[in-house]
Amino acid sequence: MTVVLPQLPRETLLDFCRRMLVIRHFEERLIALHDAGNFRGHYHVYIGQEATGVAALSCLAADDYIFTTHRNHGHLLGRGAEPGRLFAEILGRRDGYNQGKGGSFHAAAAGLGFLHTSGVVAGIIPLATGTAYASKALRNRRVTLCCFGDGALEEGAAPEALNLASLWKLPVLFLCENNGKYGAGRAVGTAQSDSMAIYPLTDLPRAYKIPAREIDGSDSGAVHEAVSQAVNEIRGGAGPRFIETQTVRWPGSETNWPAIPTPTNISLAWDVDAVPDKAREWYRASDPLLIFVRELVAAKQARREELAALEREIKESIAAAERFALASPYPKPEEALKDVFA
Amino acid sequence: MSSLDMRELAYYEAKFEALREILAADERVHLIGGTFLSLSPRRKLFSDLAGRYPDRVLAPPISELGFCGLATGAAMAGLRPVVDLSTGSFIFEAWPQVVNEAANAFYMSGGQTRAPVVFHLFHGLRGGGAAQHSASPQAMLWNCPGLEIVLPASPRDVKGLLKTAIASDNPTIFIDHVQLLETRGPVPEEDEAIPFGVAEVKRRGRDVTVIATSYMVQRSLTVAGRLASEGIEVEVVDPRTLVPLDFPALMASVEKTGRVVIVDETHQSCGVAAELAARIAEAGFDRLKAPIRRVATLDVPVPYSEPLEDFIGPSEARIVDAVKAVLR
Repeated sequence: MTVVLPQLPRETLLDFCRRMLVIRHFEERLIALHDAGNFRGHYHVYIGQEATGVAALSCLAADDYIFTTHRNHGHLLGRGAEPGRLFAEILGRRDGYNQGKGGSFHAAAAGLGFLHTSGVVAGIIPLATGTAYASKALRNRRVTLCCFGDGALEEGAAPEALNLASLWKLPVLFLCENNGKYGAGRAVGTAQSDSMAIYPLTDLPRAYKIPAREIDGSDSGAVHEAVSQAVNEIRGGAGPRFIETQTVRWPGSETNWPAIPTPTNISLAWDVDAVPDKAREWYRASDPLLIFVRELVAAKQARREELAALEREIKESIAAAERFALASPYPKPEEALKDVFA
Repeated sequence: MSSLDMRELAYYEAKFEALREILAADERVHLIGGTFLSLSPRRKLFSDLAGRYPDRVLAPPISELGFCGLATGAAMAGLRPVVDLSTGSFIFEAWPQVVNEAANAFYMSGGQTRAPVVFHLFHGLRGGGAAQHSASPQAMLWNCPGLEIVLPASPRDVKGLLKTAIASDNPTIFIDHVQLLETRGPVPEEDEAIPFGVAEVKRRGRDVTVIATSYMVQRSLTVAGRLASEGIEVEVVDPRTLVPLDFPALMASVEKTGRVVIVDETHQSCGVAAELAARIAEAGFDRLKAPIRRVATLDVPVPYSEPLEDFIGPSEARIVDAVKAVLR
């Protein structure tokens, strides 16, 4: 295992661990809420990418902008969104961040820098160049972090926006979270997919003269190092940067609807026997949360019992958030007619 | 101020004044694109202005999708961008960002995020534009809640409505017409913002209401002048903005005359005239003395050759025929 912990104080590492646990337990409960019929519609989870989101978001300032996609729960929670309000939004309740108008695909939290979350895979990429353009024009040193998946590069909006960002030297970091590493039936080092001719994906931003790197997205140390360096360069006026983080897809999302192979418990970091055969290898070798937990303990930054207590505390807070959301009323039907215009 | 006391300006001059004043008054205003005065020789005025604001008047790459999204994002973060799409047909290249991102942003975020961006374009039959440079996308856009739609038709209106568009907190489609650029008319010296959602009766008349938009207002006024000499008094009402729509003003005229012709350059099916006709019929069927007539662009792609283009558009002859038909 080549993963290393970020070179950060112990409290910061524990904070990373806390945020990753919040995301994981939130989404596992979300899947349960869906399966129990508590909300309609399709949805996507961030499980398997927690190390990327948490480490990347930790590099931002409080007033920076973040754009995310249909796979946004991890980004919002990683930035400190209230799990209760996020559950409420996904359940279509009045206390949701978008007052029930957005749902899972469009959860936005303007106060945290998430102005608008698009459910179209590349929809945010031009928008992110726009907030970056505004920051440059207003000279307020704000950086925009634009998080999207590998599939977003297949839409025309992506290359148009990359060109504009490069041409006008805009302060934006494109974070391409490629969760298709070693995708089904694909050998390492071969073309990434049958839908993208460009491989590696970073050849696309490089063609537009945007410096680009590929890193292991389950390695929080690598993500933190790469993103903090890129954000510093961008804030200093260097123009856009592009980082591709590669993660191995969580086996629970291989089906159309997310399905949990086994509920997460940090003891899996040392013993994956409880995981069904088919999913065991992912939990053993690729789960960024379990890797992080294992390393924290190995580096003597935390004891197992301490992390187990943290996990229990987080599970309780997620249960409380779930109760809050389930108790939140639905919006009044006629509220559908409000807020079409400012 | 009565229009009699005002100076007279050409439409392009009034529009240029608005752009110049907007840029001078508000540093948040950025213009993206360079054909706000079309590709006519009048564009020289604009390029001189652009030269004075090199950081705020930008010539983007030919990436409508990219720069419309960029402008929308910039609007979310505090700027007041005005994007020039040039020919109306090119908004189709930017469609996902305009109708799926900008239009939805405020609503979908539960009122958290405003996108005060202006998309400017020239619509309609411009003479030789053929099928790919003659679109009037306002009816399609009207089917996308969340967009304000503005259609100036006079020098005073283009200046006053542009001022309001810049001040608006919503995404606004500013739909112009190249055939209006040389039209002359009174424009006040002082700053005037014409509110959205206020129709104007451009000519009073007792016999027939003609509701017209954009360049069709000017054409309808010409027809009204001719018909007056035949003793037919046409009232020309210009909604000026489709969203918001001053429907009470339209109905006030309809109730007075009982006869309605709607003249508009969108295609006839599901077009602007179709929607207005439906609303008038729903609200005031019992006030109508004759069926509503639409004079719209016929339902074919816009052809290139002059007699073909003339044949499908809302020509003066077709307006005259429609007015006479509702009087029968």
